[in-house]
Amino acid sequence: MDMLEFVVPELDFRAILPQIILAITALTVLLTGVFSREKKGPAIGFLSLAGVALSFSAVVFSGSQTVSSFSGMLTNDSFARFISMIVCVVALLTILISINYRKISPAINSGEYYCLLLFAALGMMFMGSAGNLLMVFVALETMSISIYALAGFQKQREKSIESALKYFLLGAFASGFLLYGFALVYGATGTMDIVKIGRFLNDHPLVVHSPLLLGGVALMTVGFGFKVAMFPFHMWTPDVYEGAPTSVTAFMATGVKAAAFAALIRVFYVALGSLQVDMTQIMWVIALLTMTVGNVVAIAQSNIKRMLAYSSIAHAGYLLVGFVAGGELAISGMLFYLLGYAFMNLGAFGVIALLAKKDGEYTELSDFAGLGFKYPAMGLVMAVFMFSMAGIPPTAGFMGKFYIFTAAINSGFIWLAIFGVINSVISIYYYLRVIVTMYFKEPEQDIVMLTPTGAIILALVIAAAGVLFMGILPSSVLDIARNSTTLIM
Amino acid sequence: MFDYVWLIPVFPAIGVLINGFLGKRIEKFNKSIVHWVACGAVGLSFLVTCIIFFQMLGLEPEHRFYEFTCFNWISGGVLQTYVAYQIDPLSMLMCMFVTGVGFLIHVYSIGYMAHDEGRYYRFFTYLNLFMFSMINLILANNFLLMFLGWEGVGMCSYLLIGFWFSEEANAVAGKKAFITNRVGDFFFIVGMLVLFCGLGEHGVWSFQFSRVFPNVHLLSPNTVTLVCLLFFAGCTAKSAQIPLYIWLPDAMAGPTPVSALIHAATMVTSGVYMVARSNILYSLSPFAMGVVAVVGALTALFAASIGLAQNDIKKVLAYSTVSQLGYMFLGLGVGAYAAGMFHVLTHSFFKALLFMGAGSVIHAMSGEQDMRLMGGLRKKTPITFITMFIATLAIAGIPGLSGFFSKDEILWQAYSSPHGHFLLWLTGAVAAGMTAFYMFRLIFMTFYNENRAPEDVQHHIHESPKAMTVPLMVLAVLSVIGGYLGVPHALGGSNRFHKFLDPVMGMGPDKIFQKAAGGSLHHVAEGSHVAAHHPSLFMEYLLMAVSVAIALIGIYIAYVMYVKKRDLPEKLAEKFRLLHRMLFNKWYVDELYTLVIIRPFHGISNFFWKIIDVIMIDGMVNGVARVVGWGSSVLRLIQSGYVQCYAVSIIFGTVALLVYYFLKIAG
Repeated sequence: MDMLEFVVPELDFRAILPQIILAITALTVLLTGVFSREKKGPAIGFLSLAGVALSFSAVVFSGSQTVSSFSGMLTNDSFARFISMIVCVVALLTILISINYRKISPAINSGEYYCLLLFAALGMMFMGSAGNLLMVFVALETMSISIYALAGFQKQREKSIESALKYFLLGAFASGFLLYGFALVYGATGTMDIVKIGRFLNDHPLVVHSPLLLGGVALMTVGFGFKVAMFPFHMWTPDVYEGAPTSVTAFMATGVKAAAFAALIRVFYVALGSLQVDMTQIMWVIALLTMTVGNVVAIAQSNIKRMLAYSSIAHAGYLLVGFVAGGELAISGMLFYLLGYAFMNLGAFGVIALLAKKDGEYTELSDFAGLGFKYPAMGLVMAVFMFSMAGIPPTAGFMGKFYIFTAAINSGFIWLAIFGVINSVISIYYYLRVIVTMYFKEPEQDIVMLTPTGAIILALVIAAAGVLFMGILPSSVLDIARNSTTLIM
Repeated sequence: MFDYVWLIPVFPAIGVLINGFLGKRIEKFNKSIVHWVACGAVGLSFLVTCIIFFQMLGLEPEHRFYEFTCFNWISGGVLQTYVAYQIDPLSMLMCMFVTGVGFLIHVYSIGYMAHDEGRYYRFFTYLNLFMFSMINLILANNFLLMFLGWEGVGMCSYLLIGFWFSEEANAVAGKKAFITNRVGDFFFIVGMLVLFCGLGEHGVWSFQFSRVFPNVHLLSPNTVTLVCLLFFAGCTAKSAQIPLYIWLPDAMAGPTPVSALIHAATMVTSGVYMVARSNILYSLSPFAMGVVAVVGALTALFAASIGLAQNDIKKVLAYSTVSQLGYMFLGLGVGAYAAGMFHVLTHSFFKALLFMGAGSVIHAMSGEQDMRLMGGLRKKTPITFITMFIATLAIAGIPGLSGFFSKDEILWQAYSSPHGHFLLWLTGAVAAGMTAFYMFRLIFMTFYNENRAPEDVQHHIHESPKAMTVPLMVLAVLSVIGGYLGVPHALGGSNRFHKFLDPVMGMGPDKIFQKAAGGSLHHVAEGSHVAAHHPSLFMEYLLMAVSVAIALIGIYIAYVMYVKKRDLPEKLAEKFRLLHRMLFNKWYVDELYTLVIIRPFHGISNFFWKIIDVIMIDGMVNGVARVVGWGSSVLRLIQSGYVQCYAVSIIFGTVALLVYYFLKIAG
């Protein structure tokens, strides 16, 4: 009897070395925060930074083998490693931004903050490498719960609390759908292992169109769709992005999106590859609506954080175009886009974080008037980020859209590509408005920027350099992304 | 073995970074560091080029080809493009004189720009950026990288023409150059894409020279002709040929070292280089070659005729440059690629020298450029006079100097090559006479007779500093001896220059036909080859003598008109009033373009602006804005901030997904 057999799982700790490093760092940071007397310095931030850097190098030097470990719970393939790299970059830049942001919001300069941040990153990494639906769920919750708490970290600010509460309530709601979906899929296929589900559906074509499975797929789409801010599950995004501390918003907008897309790609391509044809139509419509709603509503926003929230919905739409297209080119394009998006979005939020002050933040668009001349360097990098988001060469945003739309055209989704391009044109309006405000509007009030510390300068330089590097020499990154499309089937 | 070739472009790039980002501070601290960095960068590039050049000379001619890939630049679908450099006789030849002459002009600029406070660093940054782009253009092993350089030099040209942009005329000249070049660039891009797609149909998806050229025989003759003509249209802008030459004379608004470097010696010859590089392509299209030759010959004559009546010293040289570029294209068009390149080389020596000499004169005259207000500078600026005189002899085609050998070879080929024609020779010879005339007119008006400048200017007349005169002397020497690289067989030489370029131009017209047609045409081609290249030695001597005689006549007329009987020019101008006014006003080409192209263009733009843009597009945009406004007011109702509403939205979405999937099962 199968059920009585107890298999001792083989434990390959080297496969999760980056995650282990992150976990140890998180705990160390937490304890340091509790026991250290010095509460104002950036020491904790730098400690976490070191941990992430170490984890990053562990990812980079972990070789190129493709193995599954822990009885198939984890798959260590090049795809997972690429996601881990994105997560490390995101965490790195977020920490650098946070080190500066502590001047505005002293609350975040604590062990708990960095500990949660690192645990969230840990969850993201596991989402990229999860080989089992249960693992996906555990990783997703590890990430999400940390972020719920992070969103409400400015306890004295009402908006922050509101943001955390909304995110938590709706997130829990969506997680329910996801879990229910997993259960239905398990019911239909008899396994939670992603690879085995794929094989089972291959061998049993009749199951593919069973109500049990398709219901599960629908509910899973809801759960993942919520995390990536897919229409119509996107409603939480502007409220949460606006309320959360800016450093956390940056982290959410980039890291969560990358991790959720990673899980989405793995589950839907590997486990549900047989359903690809059936999903296409609805995902086509969703991709189009997500892009359009994001871009159109972004135009009407006067708050820059809300605007970027809608912009992040629109970017999810572009990524979904790649998802619909499918195939190696599309996956590499999405990976490229996720990395580029991380650079430009973190950079933009980094600039916003620089302008904040203790009693409330300067997040209205009109606050940016004239800043391009007052702070030329800041204006320049912000312009680079905005150009990149709008998809203007020579930036990562342009090349990313180019690869994704090319993939769409190659797979025969020409109209979707056309709508994507039209959407990019619409988006230029509100991205360029930021630049116009910075350079061509007279300032209404005297806005004083925080004195930038080395950390934030480093973050902005890395982000801007990343955006330009990926735009000017895209092949170097794309080649890595291309080699990262091998998923364990 | 040439793996360090990437150093050549990297040095100027480093110069750009240092001076571009820190130049302002460095200049405040110590001005000389700025030019040490800039000149040092180009000097090092020259040094590396020399090492590679001589290393290459040590190889057997058939082994003088090497490609070095730096990195993968763009990859998408079938397109793989690398940043990669190609070393062969042609690219190294260009690189030698571009970095060499470029270095001399950098040094010269130290003296010329010394009084430009606060913008000194910017000037040298632009110059280095230009060198970087130009080197990329030359060394590129594919069309795309070449195009990057092509655009880069265009941009630097724009920046430097308008360097003193506070005066509107300079800014306008910069814009004119830029816009005219955009027209040409457009054709170049289209040509590149036609070539790329045309070869792609035969399975060769590449921009790389070493993959494109061996396969061009796969293309249909019409495609080849189309590509050649599109490329040449690109050249007419960059290398200032009819009809797009109009920007070059205006480009003289830039500082004189810029005119010498960009608008005489290097950038404007890049069109010639491109055609020479694509010689295999052109050899397959006799029609395109004919177009190149005719346009070249006409430009040579036309520009020379305008040069006859100009009074601005730099304008004369500008039209002279246009005219000389015409010669080069004439050479290319009759299949004498090596002769064309030879003239590029010698021209870069004597024309850079002429411009720098003119700069020295202008410097001495406190900025005056009108030759009517000069004169008698022979004594006060002896070095400038002697060096410029040598260059003038060279450009006039006096035997023994560099210009003679290269120009004469082109003229001889224009007559004798299978693609040549007597009329082409005649046009070139007449233009040569005009060249001799206007160049000596320039010398006589500037250096002879009495000085006609106002009192206060006369006091300041002085010889230029060493930084300026030393480069002049170096170039003077080169202008004399440069020609001995390619002494023709008729004069007892062995034409080493030709042999040197043979591996690149090896696919000359005859050989390519052999290859394309297989054995059947072999003997015919061989026969015509023999017949074409040796009509008679006597004829070669005769034509040589005639062209020298024409040049001497030109010089004599100039002497009579501007030294002996100095009232003659005015009398002639009275008598041939119409002709003089036509020449003086440059055949009214600018006015014609304004009437035929610019005005209608403005008209169309106005139409687009007032009807299409204001009414239709603005209407649409405003309409969209209204719809969006309405949409967002509706969406705002949903985006109420209430979590319940958001949850309802999720429910709706879930229901929609479930309905969709269950319909799938049903359907």
